[in-house]
Amino acid sequence: MKKLIYALFFGLFSLSFVTGTSMAGSKELTGAGATFPYPLYSRIFSEYYRAHGVKVNYQAIGSGGGIRQLMAKIVDFGASDAYVDDNGLKKFSAPIVHIPMTAGAVVLSYNLPGNPKLKLTPSIISGIFLGKITRWDDPEIAKANPDIKLPKLNILVIHRSDGSGTTFIFSDYLSKISNEWQKKVGRGKALKWPVGLGAKGNAGVAGMIKQIPGAIGYVELIYALNNHMSYAAVQNRSGNFIEPSINSVSAAADIELPDDMRVSLTDTSAEQGYPIAGFTWVLVYKDLKNGGLSKDKAQELINLLWWMTHQGQRYASPLHYAPLSKVAQRKAEAIIRSIVYNGRPLDINPGY
Amino acid sequence: MKGDRLFRIVLWIVAGLFSAMMVFMLASLLKESLPSIKAFGMHFLYGKEWNPVVDKFGLLPFLVGTLITSVLALIISVPFAMSIALFLGMFSKGGFWPKILGYGTDLLAGIPSVIYGFWALFFLVPIVRNFEMKAGIVPYGVGIFTASVVLAIMIIPYISSISKEVIKLVPRDLIEAGLALGATDLEVAKDVVLPYCRSGIVAGILLGFGRALGETMAVTMVIGNSNSLPKSLFAPANTMASVIANEFTEATTTLHLSSLIQIGLWLFILNAIVNVIGMLIIKKMEVK
Amino acid sequence: MRDNTGIRLLKDRVFKSIIIIFSFAVIIPLGLILFGIVKNGISAINWDLFTKLPTPPGEAGGGILNSIVGSLILILIAVLLSVPFGIMLGIFLSENKGRFADVLGILVNTLQGVPSIVIGIVAYLWVVKPLGGFSALSGGIALGIMMLPIVIKSTEETLKLIPFSLKEAALGLGASYVRTMFKVVLPAGFSGILSGILLGIARIAGETAPLLFTAFGNPYLNLNIFKPVDSLPLVIFNYSMSPYDDWHRIAWGASFVLVVMVLVLNIIARLRIWRNMS
Repeated sequence: MKKLIYALFFGLFSLSFVTGTSMAGSKELTGAGATFPYPLYSRIFSEYYRAHGVKVNYQAIGSGGGIRQLMAKIVDFGASDAYVDDNGLKKFSAPIVHIPMTAGAVVLSYNLPGNPKLKLTPSIISGIFLGKITRWDDPEIAKANPDIKLPKLNILVIHRSDGSGTTFIFSDYLSKISNEWQKKVGRGKALKWPVGLGAKGNAGVAGMIKQIPGAIGYVELIYALNNHMSYAAVQNRSGNFIEPSINSVSAAADIELPDDMRVSLTDTSAEQGYPIAGFTWVLVYKDLKNGGLSKDKAQELINLLWWMTHQGQRYASPLHYAPLSKVAQRKAEAIIRSIVYNGRPLDINPGY
Repeated sequence: MKGDRLFRIVLWIVAGLFSAMMVFMLASLLKESLPSIKAFGMHFLYGKEWNPVVDKFGLLPFLVGTLITSVLALIISVPFAMSIALFLGMFSKGGFWPKILGYGTDLLAGIPSVIYGFWALFFLVPIVRNFEMKAGIVPYGVGIFTASVVLAIMIIPYISSISKEVIKLVPRDLIEAGLALGATDLEVAKDVVLPYCRSGIVAGILLGFGRALGETMAVTMVIGNSNSLPKSLFAPANTMASVIANEFTEATTTLHLSSLIQIGLWLFILNAIVNVIGMLIIKKMEVK
Repeated sequence: MRDNTGIRLLKDRVFKSIIIIFSFAVIIPLGLILFGIVKNGISAINWDLFTKLPTPPGEAGGGILNSIVGSLILILIAVLLSVPFGIMLGIFLSENKGRFADVLGILVNTLQGVPSIVIGIVAYLWVVKPLGGFSALSGGIALGIMMLPIVIKSTEETLKLIPFSLKEAALGLGASYVRTMFKVVLPAGFSGILSGILLGIARIAGETAPLLFTAFGNPYLNLNIFKPVDSLPLVIFNYSMSPYDDWHRIAWGASFVLVVMVLVLNIIARLRIWRNMS
């Protein structure tokens, strides 16, 4: 009896092992990182699998995790909504490059009776997240929203509990508009929050806001839209109240772009630009051999990156992400072309 | 015989390997904690601040969160667990209802942690939130209290099953003698059974406590994940286990990661102490 | 005197009622949990759930085939690792006395007390980092380490219950020690050990924490143990924390599948224990 069970286990195990190793040659890439573009990536990768039979396993563990797993060479590519700063680049054993994939907006979403459309000024936003404005019927909010009857509710701040590029974009914005925030909290993927409670992932924050009346939090635009949550129009540097949308994000990205594409779009100078927006990048080693990839895998990755920045872009708008502008796409192409394997360039297959 | 010798040698090797594994486990945790131990020293233990932006890490908020949730869970669960233990260990003489109760507690112990969390998120959290709204407290719904209630439900079967076994160790003669002398069940329970197995019950509670300390998923899902010192029983907080679950894959800096592993190290040590003491007490009782 | 007796009996009554009320109160949360899972889970159960892969958010439908298969792979690896070693260690502990055996006993208890999340860290450090990638193997090893103390203890306790006379008889007949162990003692304790293994599987099948940074998750079907896999508890955790109703539905369905699996394992194990004892 027992022998039988053992034989069964052993048989199953060796079977799974054999099929497993025989499948190891099949095309598969592993990536991890930002939750911000997760819905878009999961769509793109699902289409890419249909078109080319390459499985891309992307896990949205947060931008911080994506960067660290890439540093540890545990994933083939990382993804982040915050670019790695000069200090961070030094921690990598070899140079890496940032390839922009899309731009998105971080919206202030809230749960109030009647779902009013709020207008928020920079000073209200920093006041709420610094814990100075604690009630929805605060005079400052009332002044910016004269047409809305504000409920007598406490404001509950929801923030991310995990390291996140969304948090980086949002705190980068707050640091630019509020000196006090800059001094007290600063910018980062994970922060020491003055108020509020944490939830894991964009999805966790959105879920929490939906559950708690009086809650406000920051999430990626698509999470707010998909869940029919209200979000605020935000006053930008030119004094206009701008609704987050594909157009206002594209407008925000209409600024001078550097060649390595490591650029922040928050508090944009563009007149019609939504001020809390940013690119999201895929991160890979400049020489893919340094990332521990085989030559074949490196070529697969290049094909994927090209596809994502070209054919894949058409999936962006339907999911409320801003597709790359022509200028940004041109810069992305140049970056992809600069990626090598063991010092030698890889093939570019535009029609792939 | 040759086969016998070989078999015994293999047994000793496996035993040796197992011991080595435990030592290596502690050593790995220690080694990976070194950067954080070097950077903060003892200050890590009472540091109030957990701030990844400036790479400053202190354990205190999570230690406090862990201890409060676990102690509160014990306070809630002990009356229930002891009732079950007395009922099954002393009063019941078999039959339908005791069997149902026995089954029920076994099933309660078998439900996975993540399902407790999932259930609590959709059932318990709204109830607590309603209560908080009526009580005029900030209605998070999630927080220390909710986590403690979930933990309490989860550890009841542990405490009750150990206590039940311990109560069963009380010599039947003693109980019969008490009853024969005209004592009521209550008096026998209070003056004979409980004094006889006090240390065993303490051990059972200790093991339940150990289980609450290390419980991760259910707590992570309902505690609110706030990294500052909790201000009230209803405030969001984090426990040592939940902060690891939240931040381990996301930590970017070496110091952040190493601090998380150091929390794991302390959790390992804390649990080892609690468990070993509990087990030693029970061993001693069984010998008696 | 008589009054006193009345009060004592009354107190006894009250005490017993309280005990009974408190005891059976515990059934309430159990009922609520099972009810919640059955109510929400049953509607999510259909053929697709077992045969399809997950869809991207926004696309309806999809199933959890990848996580069911992933869970099975993880359990298989854990069982293959923990059962042989666990049984040998159980034999060792039941046969040996002395300081080393005492220390070993304490170590087993220590391991049993180590929180699952810490075991996850260890598996990350020992397997994920050196192999340079998340994998089913690392998750299986984490679960195997968790299962080890359960197998060890059930083996040790079962073997201690086997009458010494049985072993003596075999040895007296001239059977070698190995033969006695494998042909007489272990078969006699087979049912008890198997129960231990089943309870161990039931315990690890629902473990999530150690898988977060070992098995990692995978939206595709994967049979390669060196690649990441999904698992039922992971899918429940990820989907229940999401704001998509479609995903909540799948999380309930997965919870239903997991709970049924765990409870069936539990019941089989208990039945075996009871049959063994009677």
